[in-house]
Formats: sequence, structure tokens, C-alpha cells
Amino acid sequence: MVTDGAAFQGEWPIEAEGLVKRFDGFTAVDGVDIRVPRGAIYGVLGPNGAGKTTTLRMLLGIIDPDAGVRRVLGHERPTDVARRIGYLPEERGLYPAMKASEAIAFLAALRGVPLRQGRKRARELLDEHGLGYAADRQIRQLSKGMAQQVQLLGTLVHQPDLVVLDEPFSGLDALNQGKLERMIRSLADRGTTVLFSTHVIAHAERLCDRVAIIAGGKVPFAGLVDEARDRLRPQVRLETRAGDGPWRRALPADARREGAFWHFALPESGVEPLLRALIEGEAGILSLSIERAGLHDAFVAIAGEAAARALEENTSNPEAGNPETGR
Amino acid sequence: MIRTKLEAAWVIARRDFVAVIFSKTFLFFLLGPLFPIVVGGMAGAIGAQVHKDLDKPVIGIALPAPEAARMMEAQRALGDAMPGDVPGFVVLDTPWGGRHYDARAALAGHAEQQLAAVVSGSLARPVLTATPERARMWQGMIALFAARAQSVAPGPLPAVAVDEVATSAAKQQSGQIATAQAGQVLLFLLTMLLAGMVLSNLVEEKANKIIEVLAASIPLDALFLGKLFAMLGVSLVGIAVWGTGWGALVLAGGKALPVMPVPAVGWPMFLALGFLYFAMAYLLLGSLYLAIGGMATTVREVQTLAMPATMLQLMVFFFASFALARPGTWIEAVSLVFPLSSPFAMLARAARDPALWPHGAALAWQVLCVAVMVRLGAHLFRRTVMKSGPARGRRGGLLRRRKAAPSA
Repeated sequence: MVTDGAAFQGEWPIEAEGLVKRFDGFTAVDGVDIRVPRGAIYGVLGPNGAGKTTTLRMLLGIIDPDAGVRRVLGHERPTDVARRIGYLPEERGLYPAMKASEAIAFLAALRGVPLRQGRKRARELLDEHGLGYAADRQIRQLSKGMAQQVQLLGTLVHQPDLVVLDEPFSGLDALNQGKLERMIRSLADRGTTVLFSTHVIAHAERLCDRVAIIAGGKVPFAGLVDEARDRLRPQVRLETRAGDGPWRRALPADARREGAFWHFALPESGVEPLLRALIEGEAGILSLSIERAGLHDAFVAIAGEAAARALEENTSNPEAGNPETGR
Repeated sequence: MIRTKLEAAWVIARRDFVAVIFSKTFLFFLLGPLFPIVVGGMAGAIGAQVHKDLDKPVIGIALPAPEAARMMEAQRALGDAMPGDVPGFVVLDTPWGGRHYDARAALAGHAEQQLAAVVSGSLARPVLTATPERARMWQGMIALFAARAQSVAPGPLPAVAVDEVATSAAKQQSGQIATAQAGQVLLFLLTMLLAGMVLSNLVEEKANKIIEVLAASIPLDALFLGKLFAMLGVSLVGIAVWGTGWGALVLAGGKALPVMPVPAVGWPMFLALGFLYFAMAYLLLGSLYLAIGGMATTVREVQTLAMPATMLQLMVFFFASFALARPGTWIEAVSLVFPLSSPFAMLARAARDPALWPHGAALAWQVLCVAVMVRLGAHLFRRTVMKSGPARGRRGGLLRRRKAAPSA
């Protein structure tokens, strides 16, 4: 819709290398590298305070990095292509006295869409998403979830090439979360690149082709979701008749028991030696399943390792930055 | 790029202008000047009445009887011909045979009569007993009355033929200074009315959390510019309403509009320059206030900032007024060049000096200063406001707590 240049045809709508941001001496983001392929749904995962929002703000040009380079839709200054980007910040907000349709038209106008065209498109979008009845209601008269949907429509009204969503699922009920997932998928189907941050891994697992895990301002992992999952060995769930016996020696040392089941990572030797040892040890196998590690487990492992490393670095070099004191 | 910025500024200006004009607070903004006028008028009227009722000083006469009578006669004859209020005379005593009259005791004991001074001694050698200020004020008058009273056969006062001229060099100069002062005061009052609104302008965006969307969508200097021009538009609507209201009141009262001395550049040019200097004064102060107010996150913080901001405005106004009385000095030069006082000083100059080119130069300088201040304000705003994300009490279990954590 916006006509200040042709749609982005490059391979990587977002490329960032070595992004660093410090606030009052505290390093919030410490050398982040991200490359987002065109048309992908890309998740930025991380615990609270990991540096996700700061990274997104740098990518959008809201703040400038202290070091590193970024290229968004082929431009080194993201503000130059702001009209081709849609952004939903974590802290949602609209003018409470504005009508829903006007709010969307205003957000469209900010991205260069003429007011009349924006109003028309706003009504179409509201109708399309079952919110047509609220078009003339003031934002303050809408529920929080509805206002959030209106803002999301305002993020998409100018049909951007790149959509950046910061914690888009927070504050939405399960129904609306599902609706948002469908919207994100349909955006990607149309060729729009979607980058979103979340600390709820399930959304990323369902939606993303690729993820970057941010922990302590660093990116310990960036790549395909499958690659992240493959970082962990497959997980075994075992149920036995025998409570104890020689078969227990076949289980790894870190195997844990939850109720009737044993959980552990599949040994590197593979499934056959394990099965043989269990049978010969008279375990009395009732059930045994081997599952690929989930993104959640991968995330916990990767982010946990990164956090431990950061802690170690801070302990050995307290001048490098102390999150506790902000110095 | 400039076009994109102007378009973005227009989007912001349009939104803000409509939001303010159609808000209930705008009505209070329009009524704003009415309150000081009404309160000032009432206070002035009451004060004048009190002054009129209470402050009626009299001068006591303590002269030998014949001299006291002649003094009273002189006061009646000359009192009306003298400018200003001539105090009444009252005979306190008629001492004879060289008896001394205690004027100090009389002044201390005649509170009910508002006795302000006593004339004793004789017509040839009158003694005026009064406080220093009143003694200085009435010394000449008493001498004149005593001289008239001593005259054996005082004639009537001669009639003075009057030949009026429209103006004189002295009157023109003092009149133009009055016009300059009036212009400065009006400029000051108008910018003062807007200060609070500009200070709190960005609080709405912060409170509604829309600031991040704006910062991601448009350049921040476009946001600043849009907000400034929206408020300028609002103020012009206000001025139009106040001007129309004032004109209607004057006409309804059957009086001609008050006549001010003609400024040196002529009325049309003076009014045009007044408009431009108002816009510049507003934009200069507004950009500064927007930057300061942008750092506030709540209305309470804005209220805290309002006092120093008002003080700053007053200081600028006083400086420009001070410089007005010192033409040709370095003080005037500084007031003309210093960006915040420049519009005030230049408007005063327009009232006194017919040269037009300095106004072109001054306006160009002020526009440059506005651009620099908007840019600096936007830069400062970006540095301070987008520093942190939503407050979080505690980081997740994987990482340690961080004090004043910058965003997630």
C-alpha cells in the first residue's frame, strides 16, 4: 500500500551483527547477531530482562546501538524504511478518546497512508476481523483485548513488508492467542516477514521457522527451530514393572523418576543397547517412548547455560557489568 | 526526507489540534484570560475604593488668625488650578504673640482627621512638619499658597490660551515606548498561557504508552514539530476568539478601540511582526518546554517543572523589558541576540525604529534557533525516554535480578 519504494526483494530483511547497547554503564545487549530470512516467522526468545525489547528497538531505529551494524529492509538506518515496517510494542497504547477506526487510520497515516485511504482500510480490517461493530467506539470503551486487536490491525494496516511484534501474546486470552497465531501465519503466507519476541516458548514452537535465544544480552543460539531441538538428545520415557534390579544400571546417572515413569536423555550409544540392557536386567518394560526434545527444553538448556556462563564471567570480572547493581 | 518529516509532523499536528480543540479543557483555556482580568478588575476597583475612602489627608494650619484665614483663602483660590489632588486645609490653632505650636504633638494625636502635615510659623516663614515624602511633595505647594496669601491684593488667575499640537518629539518617543511595552506584555501573556499546555504535551503519549509507536513510525523531530505547530494553531484559535470577544465588548460598550501611539514601523507592519514574533517566541519557548516536559512521565512531574519554567519565562520577559529602557547598550544587543528574549526585544524595536531589515535577520536567526532546539530536544528525548522498557520487579529465574533493568 505504501509507495515509497518497491517491496523488499533481498534475502534478509533483517541483518544485525555485534549489536551492543549500554545503559548507564550496564550492558543490556552484548553483541547480538541476527539474520532474519524474507517471509520467515522468526522468534526472539528469552527470559524477562534478557534484552529482547532493547534488541527490537535497535533493529527498528527507536534507539541506536553503541556498537554493531544493522540493516533493515536493505537500509542501514531503519527509520528510512519505517513506512514499510509494522511494529507492535510490548507496552500497547492508543489515544483513549479516539474511535477504533480513527486510531487505525492514525497509525496508517503515521506510516504514510493518506487519511481517507486509511479510514477506508481501517473499516475493512475491522469488518474482516469481526470488530466492525466497534469501529465508532472510543478506545476507552473497548476491552483490553479488543483495544489490543485494534492496535494490531493498526500495525498491519499499511501492509508492511516486515512486521515486528514485541510480546504480542501477552494480555490476550486463549481464543485471541489462537486468532493472533492464525494472523501471523497468514502474514507469512503472503510473504511478509514476521519477527516477534516472546518468553512463552509454546507460541514460538508452533509458529516459528527460526528462533534466536537471547539470554543476558547475548545470543547463544540462532537458527532453525529443529537445530535448537537437536541440541538436546531425544528424551526417553520409561515405565517398568520392576521397581529395582540390575536394569537400573542401564539408566544414565541424571535419570529422574516422576510417578511411575523414568525420564532421561537417550544415551549416545542409541536405543538398541538400552533396550537390551533393560530386558536382560529384567526391568519388565510396560512402556517406552522416545521423543525429540521440545523447544522449551532446548530453550531452558541453552538459556540456562548462557546464564551460567554470564554469571561465571561476572564473578571472574566484576567490572564487566553487574546486573544486580546496574554497574 | 524533509517531505517525509513534514508529512509526519502534519499527521501529529492534525491529531493534536483536533484533540485539543474538541476537548473540554479547551473551553477552560479560552476562559483562562478572563479570570485574571475579572480578579484584577475587582481587586483594582476595591483597592481604589478603599484608597478613596480612607486616604484623604489634610494639612493642619497653625498660624495667627489673620494669616490662617488668608492661607485658607489661597488654598481655595489655587487648589483647583493645581494638578493632582490638593489636600484639604483645616485650622488647628491660631497662636498669637509668638506662642509656639507643637506640630509634632498635633500630628501624633489627630488620627481621626488623617492629619498628614502641619503648617506653623508665619506666612513669611512657614514651617511644614510632615514625613519626608510628604514634606517633599507639598513643600512647593505650601510656598506657593503662602506667597499668594501674603499678597496684599491678589488678582484673579490669568486665563491661558491653549494651542494643542498632535504630538511632539518627546511625546512620540514616550508613546512608542508605551507601545513597545504593551507589545511585550501581550506577547508575554500569550506565551505564558501556552507554557503549561506545552509542558504537559508529551505526558499524554507517555501515559497512553503510544510514544513507542510514534518513535518507531516517524522521526522524533517531526513529532516535536507537529506538536509545536498543533499548539501554535490552538493558540491562534484562542487569540482569534479573545480578539473577537474583546472587539465585540468594546463595540457593544459604544467605545472606540483604545488608541495606542503609532509604532515606528506603522500599525500593519507592527501587527504582522507581532504575529511572527509571537510565533517565534512560542516556538522557541515551546521547543524548550517540550524537551523539558518530555522528560516528565506524570502530571505531577509536569507540575513540579511548571514553576521553574514560569520563572524562566518571567526572567526572559524582565530581561527584555529591562533592555527596552537601555537602547544602544550591550544589554539591548544581548536581548536582541539571545534566542528566548529576541522576539520580545525585536517587537519593542519595531515600535521604536522604522528599519525593517533587522527584523528579517532576527526572524531568520530565530527560525534557525527553533530548528536547533527542536533537534536537540528530540535527541535528548530519544536518549532519555527510550532508555528503558516496562518496569519489571525481578528477572526470570535463569538470570539474576537487575536494578532498574532496561527493557526485556
